[in-house]
This record gives sequence, C-alpha cells and structure tokens, in this order.
Amino acid sequence: MTHRRLVILLVAALALAVPLSLLAGRVWIDPLAPDTRNAAVILLQLRLPRAVLALVVGAALGMAGAAMQGYLRNPLADAGLFGVAPGAALGAVLSFWTGYAASLWLLPVFALLGAAGAMALLALIAGRDGGIALFTMAGLMISSLAGAITSLAISLSPTPFAMSEIVTWLMGSLADRSWREVEIAAPLSLAGMGILLLGGRGLDALALGDAAARSLGLEPRKLQAVMIAGIGLTVGASVAVAGVIGFVGLMVPHLVRPLTDRRPSMLLVPSALAGALLLLVADMGCRVLPLAGGELRLGIALSLLGAPFFLALLLRMRGGHM
Amino acid sequence: MTATLSTVDLALARRLVDLTVSVHAGEVTAICGPNGAGKSTLLSCLAGLVQPDTGVVAIGGRMMRQIPARERARSIGYLPQSPHVAWDMTVEVLVGLGRLPWGDTATADGRAAIDEAIGIMDLHDFRSRRVMGLSGGERARALMARVLATRPAWLLADEPLANLDLTHALTLMRRFRAQARLGRGVVLVLHDLATAMNFADRVLVMSGGRIVADGEPAHALDPAIIAKVWHCPARWLGEPGARALSLG
Repeated sequence: MTHRRLVILLVAALALAVPLSLLAGRVWIDPLAPDTRNAAVILLQLRLPRAVLALVVGAALGMAGAAMQGYLRNPLADAGLFGVAPGAALGAVLSFWTGYAASLWLLPVFALLGAAGAMALLALIAGRDGGIALFTMAGLMISSLAGAITSLAISLSPTPFAMSEIVTWLMGSLADRSWREVEIAAPLSLAGMGILLLGGRGLDALALGDAAARSLGLEPRKLQAVMIAGIGLTVGASVAVAGVIGFVGLMVPHLVRPLTDRRPSMLLVPSALAGALLLLVADMGCRVLPLAGGELRLGIALSLLGAPFFLALLLRMRGGHM
Repeated sequence: MTATLSTVDLALARRLVDLTVSVHAGEVTAICGPNGAGKSTLLSCLAGLVQPDTGVVAIGGRMMRQIPARERARSIGYLPQSPHVAWDMTVEVLVGLGRLPWGDTATADGRAAIDEAIGIMDLHDFRSRRVMGLSGGERARALMARVLATRPAWLLADEPLANLDLTHALTLMRRFRAQARLGRGVVLVLHDLATAMNFADRVLVMSGGRIVADGEPAHALDPAIIAKVWHCPARWLGEPGARALSLG
C-alpha cells in the first residue's frame, strides 16, 4: 500500500470513529433525536475533550513507539524502554505524595519534570558517543530506578487514601479528563511528534547499521538528541495527563509496518494515526463495557490486549516468520 | 579527474602508525594485509567515519573534518562489511536509501539514480523482492547498488567479496573496475591476494598499522613481501590479469 493511501485510510477510519466515540458511553446519545438530557454538556465538556485527549495521547504513543523501534532497529522496542514513562510516573506519584495533586495543575507539571529528569539523566549518561547499546542500557536502568523510587513512595505514602489514589492513577485512564488536560498534552505532544519527524531520515539510514548510516550523513549525536527530546515530550505529556498506558507504542507500529514500505520514516505518521485510532476505540470500549464499580481502566485494558499480542509476536518470531 | 582522497600523517592511536597515503580517482586501490593490520580502520578514516587522533584526512585539498556530514556522504560511498539490513524492505526501497544524502528519492533525478544503480548491479528482476528473502550474493549486490545510487565520486568497500561465490565475486570486481574507468576512485579492503593482483591498479599492503608496500600489484604483492607480511612462502602462477597464488 502506498504511504498516501495508508494515511487516507487511517484518516477515514478516524473520521468514522470520532463521531461514534462521542455518541457512545454510559449515556448513549442518539444523533437523530438529540433530546437526551444534558446532551450538549456531555458532548462538549465530557466526551469531546476525552476523545481529543485519546487522539493526542494515542498519536503521541504510537509515533514514539515507531520512532523507538526504528532507532533501536528492534521490532520489540517500546518507548517505555527509555525510562521516560517511569520518570514521568515517578514525578506524578511524588506530587500525590506531597499532597500537591490536590492542586490539579501540579500533577502534570510534576510528571513533566519527572520525564525531563529522566531525559536529562539519559542524555548525561549516554550522550557522549551517541552509541545505541549504552543508551538502551541507561534507559533500562533509569526505568528500574524510577520504578523502585515509585514503589518506595507508594509504600511510604502518608495516608491509605493517597496510596489508593496513586495506584489508581498509575493504571492509566482518560476518565474524567477535561479541556485542561488537552491544553497541557496537545502542544507538548505535537512539538514532540514534530521533532520525531525530523529524525525520520536518520532512522531510515540506521536500517543499514551504524557505519553505513554515518556514511550516509547521519550524525548519531544529533539523532540521539532528537530521540530524547521527541520521546521525552510525547511520552512525558501522555503520562502527565493519562497515567501509564503501555503497549500502544509496541502494538501499533507492528500492526502498521506490513502496510508500509518498511522504511522507519514512513511508519511515523501512520503509527500516530493508528495509535490515535486504537486509543479512541479502546477508550470507547472501556466506557461502554458494563463493569461493576465503575469503568475498566484504559491502561489495564490495553495491557490485557497487549501482553497476549506480545506473546503471540514472540511465538511467531520463534517460528521465524518475522 | 585529479581529485585525490588523501590521508596525510594519519596516525591513529593503536591501529595506524605514522601513515601517509593518498589514493586516486580513476583507480582501483586494494588494501591488503593480515588480520588486525589496520585495513578497516584505514578505510573508515578514508570514509570520514573515524577521525585520526593526530594527522588529517583530506579530500581534494579539503580537510575531511571540515566537510559537513551530508556533503561528505554525497561524495563518498561506503559499503561496510556487515550485510545486515534491519527491516525487510524491497530491493528498490533499499537501493533508494542511497539517495538519503540528496533527499530526492521522489524526484526524477533520484529515480534515475536508483534505476541506474539497479541496472549496473543487474537487479531488474529483484526490484520488488524483499531483502530477507535474498541469497547472500543477491543481498550483496543490492547493498552495492545502494552505494552506487548515491552516485558518489568515491567507492569504498570493506571486504565486498566476503559473502560471494566465484561468479558473483568476479562480476562485482569487473563492475568496480568499470566504475573506476568512469572516473570514480575505488578503494577496497581485500583478503584474496589473487583478486587484488588481477583487478587492482594499485595495492597497499599493511602490517601492524603501517603500510609496508605500495604500488602496482606485481610490485606490492611480490612473493618476498607476501612471505614477510603473511609469514607464508608463496609464488604467482599464470598470466598477468589471471594470476593464481600458490602457497607453501
């Protein structure tokens, strides 16, 4: 499939899914008889910001995953490997712990600071030679460290209420989000995606290995800076508004790659669109699914989808069908 | 064409010792030597991928380190030893990666360069085949076409014959010669001394990071030099252009 046709197809799917997601939910809105009580409020203040947020977060995570797989030349890579998501989660958790979450602006700010801290640490450790192996190891270690401190913060949490709030938030969700979250996430994610698009050519060159890529004009340190800034902004902004939502960055590029010409640069935009679609549909599913005691958390839903997907992938790889 | 890719006083720590060498356009230069002699390091220096600790690498009178990466990439095509390709793209897309320094895969110029490279490497029938499904020899040809698609002034290849059978090796060497006759500078790291003898215009023999012989193949690959560098008695058989090495 050509790149343009794939993009058109995904945009068309989104054009169908967005209106549907606005109508679906605990209260169904009939577009032909929109006399449901509070229909306008539900649409404009609840469903629309939530749908927009799903699009923004899904696109950011989808593109981040595609860029990460291209950068590490590994179809099993995920933006989570960078340590940015755990860093952002740690920041958010600290905001709960200090009671700052009460002020709604501070949670995303703390999360972004956590993401920025993880990015800075990563750049500091791995930045000198631009080597990918060191970079990956540094990312994994930062993830572990952030995870450990997060667990520590939870175990020391001042009140049971704070603990439950932290744990729930870590599960990742788009429930009860408003335009405020959109205002935080959209500009940062768009900036991050713009930066990642700048790295497209470098990712293409990397398909041939480090030496060949450099001979084609790739400057490893520049690409590394692009990756750190791009992944940091996209993933950091997503975690800041939606908590930890895993597997999007792993699954989406996988599903989309066979429809592209396999150049990593050609995977970026389709992965963003498909990520937006996946998150929108999954979030709609979470809202519609009848579940005692509230709705299914989006992060859990995607993990339930993603982990078996990952296992199937490993089985296929073992069979040599990659 | 008088452009020279020259390394002057190229003294790289550990591997290369007080090395001064210049290679010329329009020639096939072979770099030979035992394992660990510094052949690949020298080639990487010439390609601008490694900066010598002291000394300079110059191309056409300009210092390599002052040439922007993209400009360097347009004039020096480098084929590394590893035939690894991360993603299962078609041959055509792979060859198109050679146009990255120009950023013109979609334009008429870029298309023409890609078609030309595919033609030179005789890959018409493989255009839409996927890389992972190719044999070692086919993949080597596709990767070489990727380098040619850049239309570089210099072709540098690190053991380009490593994965090739006799026929493909012969064909590829003929193509390298043809490229040199077109005015390109071709520099190859070669393990097979007979190939260097028969196809190169000039041979650099390296040992312990130094150049120990430099000149026409018959001179640089003299049995006495082979005995000294490879510690192995040898003599050449056959006619010039079709020589074989008899060892022992």
